Amino acid sequence: MKPFVKITGIVAFLPEINIDTDAIIPKQFLKTIEKTGLGKYLFYDKRFDVEGKLNSDFVLNKEPWNKAEIIVAGDNFGCGSSREHAPWALLDFGIKCVISTSFADIFYNNSFKNGLLPIVVDKNCLDDLSKFARLGENISVDLEAQTIIVNSFIFNFAIDLYRKHCLIKGLDDVGITLEKSNLIDIYENKIKDKSWVIPDFQNIKL
Amino acid sequence: MKKTLFDKIWESHLVEERSDDSALIYIDRHLIHEVTSPQAFEGLRTMKRKVRRPDLTLAVADHNVPTEGRVDGIKDEIARIQVETLEKNVKEFEIPYLPLLDPRQGIVHVVGPEQGFTLPGCTIVCGDSHTSTHGAFGALAFGIGTSEVEHVFATQTLMQKKPKTMLLKVEGSLSVGITSKDLALGVIKKLGTSGGTGYILEYSGKQISNLSMEARMTLCNMSIEAGARAALIAPDEKTVLYLKDKPLAPKGDLLKEAKKSWASLFSDEMANYDMKLSINASTIEPHVTWGTSPEDVISINDCIPNPEDAKNDIKKKAMQDSLKYMGLVSGQKLTDIAIDKVFIGSCTNSRIEDLREAALVVEGKKVSAKVHAMVVPGSGLIKLQAEKEGLAQVFIDAGFDWREPGCSMCLGMNPDQLKPKERCASTSNRNFRGRQGRDGRTHLLSPGMAAGAAVAGHFIDITKS
Repeated sequence: MKPFVKITGIVAFLPEINIDTDAIIPKQFLKTIEKTGLGKYLFYDKRFDVEGKLNSDFVLNKEPWNKAEIIVAGDNFGCGSSREHAPWALLDFGIKCVISTSFADIFYNNSFKNGLLPIVVDKNCLDDLSKFARLGENISVDLEAQTIIVNSFIFNFAIDLYRKHCLIKGLDDVGITLEKSNLIDIYENKIKDKSWVIPDFQNIKL
Repeated sequence: MKKTLFDKIWESHLVEERSDDSALIYIDRHLIHEVTSPQAFEGLRTMKRKVRRPDLTLAVADHNVPTEGRVDGIKDEIARIQVETLEKNVKEFEIPYLPLLDPRQGIVHVVGPEQGFTLPGCTIVCGDSHTSTHGAFGALAFGIGTSEVEHVFATQTLMQKKPKTMLLKVEGSLSVGITSKDLALGVIKKLGTSGGTGYILEYSGKQISNLSMEARMTLCNMSIEAGARAALIAPDEKTVLYLKDKPLAPKGDLLKEAKKSWASLFSDEMANYDMKLSINASTIEPHVTWGTSPEDVISINDCIPNPEDAKNDIKKKAMQDSLKYMGLVSGQKLTDIAIDKVFIGSCTNSRIEDLREAALVVEGKKVSAKVHAMVVPGSGLIKLQAEKEGLAQVFIDAGFDWREPGCSMCLGMNPDQLKPKERCASTSNRNFRGRQGRDGRTHLLSPGMAAGAAVAGHFIDITKS
């Protein structure tokens, strides 16, 4: 995973609440067996009309926001389907950070696993950031310092320390857990007498 | 120390506790399907890792499989490659798999319980948000992303932040003709789509005990639409009765042992929850969604709401946008709104009881000439059962399409989709923009209400006819 330390970039404001993962990456693009190449389909139904022509009104299609690295959006971002294709598509498009007043659980988790930083801020901060976004200002996000900096304004944000550590170092979760495989062995040994929990696939012909 | 049902399951699955309220927990059951697993398998291959417990894993293809002409294979090449990739992967990693033409194939959340793979007290995950369904059995079940699928493959564990707990006490009784789908929509209406975020939602109360296992699954299934991480219902006699003959459920002495263990799966009296709410079931009416968020719920006898009544400007704008997308005007009566399509299916409402409920409404009647209606059973076994009971014939005689099992038009990954501006009465779980097809208009409701709409050509209150 690519580490996230500090970025400075253009911010696109999506003035909507409940932006679901179906909107972020529609279903027809989930048939892929790869993680890459989804950026061109990001927010497909918003970015393109029915004939596939670019919708020039949508913020991510307009200069300078077509080069945005940060998205600021309304409440409950990433709700709905668990598809990890949502953070993959955002990252592939060039988005590295999403700022909202709240995130849906699964999207929030998925983001950290891929080096996409989701930041939760309060309503006032979101309103301020949306104004800077509309002006096309650059915003800096410093994960180490847990700050969002724009012009002379500094906003602090909270984040789980373990997730922060993994993101800054770009750590592979599976690798970390596999180092503790002795603990998993111990657990499995402990539940050995709980044999009803093991499904008996002999009972079904496969 | 008094414990909730969640506390008990959580504590019995701790592999490693950390100081920051997170823990490495053991996963007893891993369900996988074709859409969210290929990249996880690829990750294993790249790192030369194995699946730690293929014997705790079960695979089935459901999301993009066709619901007709299946014996001829999948025509959409990209979808076919995805299903073939699953088949190749389960072979390589020796994971039990129910093939597409097997009568036991179906929607992953229908198949799990039906095969007895889902058991009380277990931790169950799947790369699909509707994994909350299995909470109906008193299992801690939640949806995960593909990275976490890979993590479970390699380690049979997950690092999880301990969620908060919410108790939703359902007081009173549902009126005649009101289903758990109406209750589920009522809960989402009350909580909103993010009200449950970060919580495990436990349902209790006499009405919950009175629900069948299938009705409980519908309720737990839709809890994710209120943002909840998972839903829980304490197992009881009905749970055991449902499971005892299922192929993968424990039998004989093992069942005795299991029952002993399951008997402790309840929340202690006076156990501490982070939040407690109650809802009066007797006030629940037949519900239909009007907008593009599952919280946009009204009763069948209500009118389309007015954005001017919204509680803030953001919500007002969202309502205006939804009305425009849905082609509706505030003040319109729901019962005056004509529909083009009816979809009875999905992991929410495609089980045998759902089909019985719908068949009861359409029996001896015809689908309106203006409507195309389809029934997609949740699994091959449900399809066979419905055919045996004569339900399939009721649907076919009424003019419904009777299809092969899969997720189908719930998310339209296969050819079953809405055309732009088509209006659909759907028993599925999400009315998001474009979910069932670009510019398609989805109204969520119960199977009986969907069947009623199919016959009438518009929404009707089936409890009044």
